[in-house]
Amino acid sequence: MKGMRKLKKAGMILSMVVGMIIAACMSPAAGPEVVESDEAAAPAMQEVQSTLSIVQERGKLVCIGNAQLPGFGFLDSEGNFSGFDVDYCRAIAAAIFGDANALEVRPATAKERFTILSSGEGDVIIRNTTWTMSRDTDLGMNFGPTTFYDGQGLMVRKESGVATLQDLQGASVCVVTGTTTELNLADQFAAAGVDYEAVVFEDFDQSFTAYDEGRCDAVTTDKSSLVSRQTTLTVPADHVIINVTLSKEPLGPAVRHGDDQWFDIVNWVVYATMLAEEHGISSQNVDSFMDSNDPNIRKLLGLEGDFCAKIGLSNAGCFVDVIKQLGNYAEIYDRNLGPDTVFDLPRGLNSLYTDGGILYAPPIR
Amino acid sequence: MQEIHASQVRPPFYRDERVLGIFSQLLVVVIVVGLGLFFYSNMITGLREKHNVAISFSFLSQAAGFDIGESLIEYSRERTYLRAFVVGLLNTFQVAFLGIIFATALGIVIGVMRLSTNFLVSRIASIYIDIFRNIPLLVLLIFWAQAVFLKLPRVAEAIILPGPIFLSNRGVAIPWGIPTDSWGAFLLVLAAGVLLGAVISYFLREQGKRTGRMPLITLWFLVTVAAVGLVGWIVLPQPMTLDQPFLEGFNTQGGKILSQQFMALLSGLIIYTAAFIAEVVRAGIQSVSKGQREAATSLGLNPAQTLRLIIFPQALRVIIPPLTSQYLNLTKNSSLAIAIGYPDLFAVAGNTILNQTGREIEMFTMIMGTYLSLSLLTSFLMNIYNRRIRLVER
Repeated sequence: MKGMRKLKKAGMILSMVVGMIIAACMSPAAGPEVVESDEAAAPAMQEVQSTLSIVQERGKLVCIGNAQLPGFGFLDSEGNFSGFDVDYCRAIAAAIFGDANALEVRPATAKERFTILSSGEGDVIIRNTTWTMSRDTDLGMNFGPTTFYDGQGLMVRKESGVATLQDLQGASVCVVTGTTTELNLADQFAAAGVDYEAVVFEDFDQSFTAYDEGRCDAVTTDKSSLVSRQTTLTVPADHVIINVTLSKEPLGPAVRHGDDQWFDIVNWVVYATMLAEEHGISSQNVDSFMDSNDPNIRKLLGLEGDFCAKIGLSNAGCFVDVIKQLGNYAEIYDRNLGPDTVFDLPRGLNSLYTDGGILYAPPIR
Repeated sequence: MQEIHASQVRPPFYRDERVLGIFSQLLVVVIVVGLGLFFYSNMITGLREKHNVAISFSFLSQAAGFDIGESLIEYSRERTYLRAFVVGLLNTFQVAFLGIIFATALGIVIGVMRLSTNFLVSRIASIYIDIFRNIPLLVLLIFWAQAVFLKLPRVAEAIILPGPIFLSNRGVAIPWGIPTDSWGAFLLVLAAGVLLGAVISYFLREQGKRTGRMPLITLWFLVTVAAVGLVGWIVLPQPMTLDQPFLEGFNTQGGKILSQQFMALLSGLIIYTAAFIAEVVRAGIQSVSKGQREAATSLGLNPAQTLRLIIFPQALRVIIPPLTSQYLNLTKNSSLAIAIGYPDLFAVAGNTILNQTGREIEMFTMIMGTYLSLSLLTSFLMNIYNRRIRLVER
């Protein structure tokens, strides 16, 4: 009995001591005045680990992408990601590592993508993401150059004969949450004075399944996605995208606030693909431009000036790697969305400014 | 024993078990509170440094801007986020309330069937239980939504049952009463009927006590209420009109539409939870000793009377506590609605509002607080009931 009690006491004292040590370790953080001093130290710590150095240390880029949108970001049956957005992920990897395959695509839903980026689980979002003011400010994002100018549209069954918003009076509309489409839909239908039933899904697949089964009379999302998704419906020819645009949807890459060097890298990789198209440089003929006399071309190809060093990359031919491995904007577009694909999406706004579009990259100089 | 006498001389405080006990408990409290404060201040600092935001609920009064497919109260995109939150809450409440009622009814039937001496009946019940208890609820919900309700005919070719009831993959449209101006007066008449019924039952009970033969009090009560109600319905100028659904444009109009998502969620929850409730009921009935049944039989009660008057009241004491936790499970499980597109609390608040505002911490605090309150309310009501039936004991 006595021995037991002694043991119990010893245990109690031991636990007290351990408790005190823990408390001593914790208490500085719990006091508000010490938190202030932590605060001063924290930004200095962040400065040291730039996104670029994290990526270089890791040896690959982690790109937050889509796995469900053929043509933009799609996981095929062999486990490979492909698409327009994925190619821009590859372009950034090519610029940094000289290897477009030094890449991990991290598939994310529309809702979780920003959280994944802010928490540092990914380096850049290229996932048909619309540039909006509240995302730019509230969510702490920086949006790179728009890679694809899109607009929200509506797909309906041909037999319904719907051509305008007014024709959809009383209809059910399938929509995916976690996107700006939900708000645009409400705004535009209210403006047109049309009553409708919103059927909100969390997931693209479900939304289109419900539409395909006739649960909804219309389905809405970005027009490019509608085109892409139409190919997956049971009878694609039974459906039509009506000639109504509900919103402006500039899609492009997004990075975290606060790392300007990383932002610059993403920006200039995208611009480089546009400039390459402008100068007629493609993956096929890039070598023949290596003795060009045009200073604009020489700068783009790293033959003159140290423009890659300006964005923190030691490889002077960083843009050459991008063009060699991915091609210029037109090649990336055609490979994923052009006439040879099932989508056959006209370039429209996404042509160079010289061809009647609005793609206009600032010069490298 | 001698040791206790010896300890009556108080040892110094650092060896006094009582003091040490209190001290170590205090220490644990300090550590727990300290850790909590640490994580909280860490979160606040993190939010301020990384995103330059502070915790604030002021966004709740801003216009929501999005539409919600189904709502029990008036709602449009101009209303506030708070209103949208309440719409989601009421949708959750509706599913949980109906789900609890139907799951209990189905669960009791199956639980009693499980104990039947009829081989076929008890086999059917045990197969039901084994199947639905062992399928994940999410799978069951998606099955109901996509493989059952979505496969019903399109709305243009809807199955029309007498009523008319329209069955389509949009949902079920049923006729629905619409109160007219005299509805309030009718409710008053009905209340008077309930009062009259109560008075009559009181006298019947007194009479029963005197004569020793209890009349059918409940039946008389219901007859009184129905009679008064019927008189009110005839005298007053039509307190309610029947709104029948009809097909127009893209959808059925009029009546009440139980959407495909609502039906799928409700059926999934009922079928899943009923399997558990059946087992709870079976355990409760089996916990009543065999002697009770034998005594009832020897008193001349038939099996139905034995079950209703002897077995069930005693089984309830065992049934209620686990039944409460099944009710809580059903309420919480209703948040799986997000998988099939029903706008419940979690889908509206945790998905759409969260995505529009980016206020994770505020929204999740509200959502968790709401589910917690719903659960506490359910267990509070069930505890009251539990205490009432426990008082009956001896």
